Amino acid sequence: MNIPSNLKYTKSDEWFDPSTGAVGISDFAQSQLSDIVFVELLVEEGEEVSAGKAIASVESVKASAEIYSPVAGKVSAVNKGLSDKPETLNSDPFGEGWMIKIEGGSTGDMMDSSTYEKDCEGRAH
Amino acid sequence: MTYIPISPNERDAMLNTVGVKSLDDLFDAIPQKHRFPELDLPPALTEMEAAALLNDMATTNENVREHLISFLGAGAYNHYIPAVVDHMLRRGEFYSAYTPYQPEISQGTLQAIFEYQSLMTNLTGMDVSNASHYDGATATAEAVNLAFAQFRGKRKKIVMSPTVHPQYREVVRTYSQGMGLEEAGDDATADLEVGPEALMSLVDESTMLVVVQYPDFFGRIHDYTKLIEDAHTKGALVCVVANPTALLMLKTPADMGADIVVGEAQPFGIPLWYGGPYLGFFTTKKSYVHKMAGRLIGETVDNRGQRAYVLTLTSREQHIKRERATSNICSNQGLLALASAVYMSTLGKTGLQQVANLCYQKAHYAASELSKIDGFGLCFTEPFFHEFVLCCPKPASEVNDYLLDHGILGGYDLGNDYPALKNHILMAFTEMNSKQEIDTLIEVLKEME
Amino acid sequence: MATIVEPTIFELSSPGRLGVTMPASDVPETALPPRNLLRSELPLPELAEVDVVRHYMRLSKFNYSVDDGFYPLGSCTMKYNPKINEDTCRLPGFLYTHPLQPIETVQGNLVLMFDLQEWLKEISGFTGVTLQPAAGAHGEFTGVLMMAAYHKSRGDSKRTKMLIPDAAHGTNPASAGMLGMSVVTIPSDARGNVDLKALAAACDDTVVGMMLTNPNTLGMFDENIEEVIKMVKDCGGLMYGDGANLNALLGIVRPGDLGFDVMHFNLHKTFAVPHGGGGPGSGPVGVSDRLLDFLPSPLVGIVEGGDDDIPPLYGFVTPKQSIGRMKAFHGHFGGGLVRAYTYISMHGPDGLKAISQFAVLNANYLQARLRSTYKIPYDRICMHEFVAEGSFEGSDVRALDIAKRLMDYNFHPPTNYFPLIVHEALMIEPTETENKDTLDRFADALIKIAEEAKSQPELLHNAPHITPFGRMDEVKAARELVLCCWLPENYETMK
Repeated sequence: MNIPSNLKYTKSDEWFDPSTGAVGISDFAQSQLSDIVFVELLVEEGEEVSAGKAIASVESVKASAEIYSPVAGKVSAVNKGLSDKPETLNSDPFGEGWMIKIEGGSTGDMMDSSTYEKDCEGRAH
Repeated sequence: MTYIPISPNERDAMLNTVGVKSLDDLFDAIPQKHRFPELDLPPALTEMEAAALLNDMATTNENVREHLISFLGAGAYNHYIPAVVDHMLRRGEFYSAYTPYQPEISQGTLQAIFEYQSLMTNLTGMDVSNASHYDGATATAEAVNLAFAQFRGKRKKIVMSPTVHPQYREVVRTYSQGMGLEEAGDDATADLEVGPEALMSLVDESTMLVVVQYPDFFGRIHDYTKLIEDAHTKGALVCVVANPTALLMLKTPADMGADIVVGEAQPFGIPLWYGGPYLGFFTTKKSYVHKMAGRLIGETVDNRGQRAYVLTLTSREQHIKRERATSNICSNQGLLALASAVYMSTLGKTGLQQVANLCYQKAHYAASELSKIDGFGLCFTEPFFHEFVLCCPKPASEVNDYLLDHGILGGYDLGNDYPALKNHILMAFTEMNSKQEIDTLIEVLKEME
Repeated sequence: MATIVEPTIFELSSPGRLGVTMPASDVPETALPPRNLLRSELPLPELAEVDVVRHYMRLSKFNYSVDDGFYPLGSCTMKYNPKINEDTCRLPGFLYTHPLQPIETVQGNLVLMFDLQEWLKEISGFTGVTLQPAAGAHGEFTGVLMMAAYHKSRGDSKRTKMLIPDAAHGTNPASAGMLGMSVVTIPSDARGNVDLKALAAACDDTVVGMMLTNPNTLGMFDENIEEVIKMVKDCGGLMYGDGANLNALLGIVRPGDLGFDVMHFNLHKTFAVPHGGGGPGSGPVGVSDRLLDFLPSPLVGIVEGGDDDIPPLYGFVTPKQSIGRMKAFHGHFGGGLVRAYTYISMHGPDGLKAISQFAVLNANYLQARLRSTYKIPYDRICMHEFVAEGSFEGSDVRALDIAKRLMDYNFHPPTNYFPLIVHEALMIEPTETENKDTLDRFADALIKIAEEAKSQPELLHNAPHITPFGRMDEVKAARELVLCCWLPENYETMK
């Protein structure tokens, strides 16, 4: 399982990159969802979001999930191409699979990679 | 009568295996004071007695094949159903199967419904069809659900033409009562003579959906192209509620730019059956498929390299998405979708075109003869398909009572729904109405005092 | 290219072939509407009748059905569908009556509907029944609309929370969601009952009510049912009963007597209306006094009393504060109500009770036979169904593999992966219409499969083997989304 150490994580499996403001779902999340066939981004550029607000809806062959903003701030970019290639979330969740970018977000009590890794291990069984 | 295939000896052996003495011992978890109520129901009948009882009830009715000449439509139509249709429906392999959750042993249902979806998209011109809804009215309500989900609640207004079937409008109102919608246009006292463009005055930037009927409830054929174009400039979606028989002849709603096309497919091989079960069809553009409620069949391959079909995009549905699903629907009208597919296949392109043409011809002959009778006339001037509004010299209810005395089921009394149309009857004609029947109607009406 | 086992009806089409044709027009010809109102082409198949019959015959043989064999799908009640129902629902008097005919001409239909309303009330202990809802989920939506209308009529606007146990069908939260309610999930306790502590914590003055399936999807009758209902009512909530599992309760207990306020029936489960490959269903709803005025309109009632010589006149009545109409016309009359009426009339009070007694006996018998081979996580006397775990210590065989392997033994698999609270769930509902031999063969097959899981796991992973089709590529279906086909001549342009 891939858990980049430069990112921060939530209990609901979102990641946040403090250096770029990018947000996405973790490798663990995509593997739990399995084959993702639909993603809909629920926020637009320029919109203010609060932490915990639903920013995307994802459906796989077997499951569906809402993705929540890990931080509060202003949406500075959305990955518009993602809805045409939802499988990117499976193949490159930390790269091309980013969902939105948020300006001014503070990581607060988000988990670092080692804490998140333990959290995932606890849930994998 | 019983359908329990267990003998007393077998029962005792099974109780023994379970480890209880009697059948009643299986129910200790039930609160004692409510356990084993005496039900006040009629005593059991044998099959022979039940068949006789049901036959008595059925023959108490006057039906449109044996007793009455019928010109009643208004959302349910008396069409001929080729014998093949019911022969296929009576196959236990189709009717006694469940939802095709196990595709390896359900390809019959799956391919048949995939073909149904294909017949519907080719008929309406739309990209996708789901596996069907309960009926035309609930399919219309599901169009509202789609639009609501598409705009994620950010637009909350629907504009519904007063010439959409009154019961469909009623169902939309029932369905949407928890959504906090603003509803406009749904007004039976509105001016019914104006064209569809008049609706545009109600459409604004908060409008999520415009709903019109084609042909409209009064049988009129409108080209909605301009309305749809204008609604799109405001960002609203447009749903066309269409009669499938009319679509066999008329320009498709897809050609007019419709986003959603729904309707009642009862005319395609489903008996009148006193109102149900019928078949709500639902078609839309591919871009809305994830917001569309209901089952969907898609093509794939199995692990032996064979083309096959499965339920697909199931994560949209209630059993996965639960309270976030577009709708709670978890069945389709499976057997009736099969009926309509067999109907369309058996008549085929030529037979279906003949049906549409006969409906059109009979209605137009009737219209021209009826308007020659003193005091009667056509209410509207627009082109119509197989239904039209007849203005009468006295209340529709009285005309219908008079016709019934002569063995004729007149049309639908529009005064029931439209206060201004008390003297107006909606008359429907199909291939089942012979010239002789129509001439009888004319003769009887000519003699009305 | 994938192998085509059976071409589609479009691929079978050949231009110019005729099926059933219509008579020539017998009226003077009228010109068609202007060209701009006509469609340019009608791209539908052209076949002969024999082509159509053989196509659907071949398709039918790809299906497994109750008429073929045992179909123990949990919570689906796949009982045998008596053949007489197929005849009664097709009597011409039912087939050829129009839903808008004057009531005087359809008294047979209306008497049948009135009686059925009365019978369902008697069976369930409710005071009102609507026959309008088209399916179970539709009945649920009807029920939830009535619950909301009830609170609204009392000016009680802060109730927005629906309590739903973790073992519930997905339709329950979806029905509440359609009215914008929030869903509070209530866990089950170790015996498969509603966890009373969690329920107590959730009960407050924002509760709309609780949606409870009882017996629940574990096949357990809640041992604290009266306490559960009291707690919900004490906080002002209404009690919704999901009638999916009513086949366990006929003549055993009436939900209305227990204190439920509203429940939907599934005529296609309990009362032998065939499932039709996924529908149509039929989902009448029963209510207690509290919800009587909110029932959908119209109901069937007596509109003119009769006397010794003249029968009463049956017609339609509208409840005072009705939530409105749920569908066009009067419910699934022909396909649903006539079949259920026929079925109930042939059973009477004792026959109905026997249905539930034997449905419960059959489930307990299977549970007893499988107990030593499969783990039964909630192991006590069950009602009409029970849930086993489809996995074994030290084996990578899953419930899915077991389900698929059962097809090789000519059985339909049980429901799997539901309820969600059981790991690798196999949910087994035999119904009362199976004999001991069938149940024994099924138990033997499951025991054999458990051995195979140890000795030849790959046999299960690749199952089924003897069916006409193998396992499906569901990812391809969802990614490529081929949702319809076209005539061969249109294929390239449409694709």
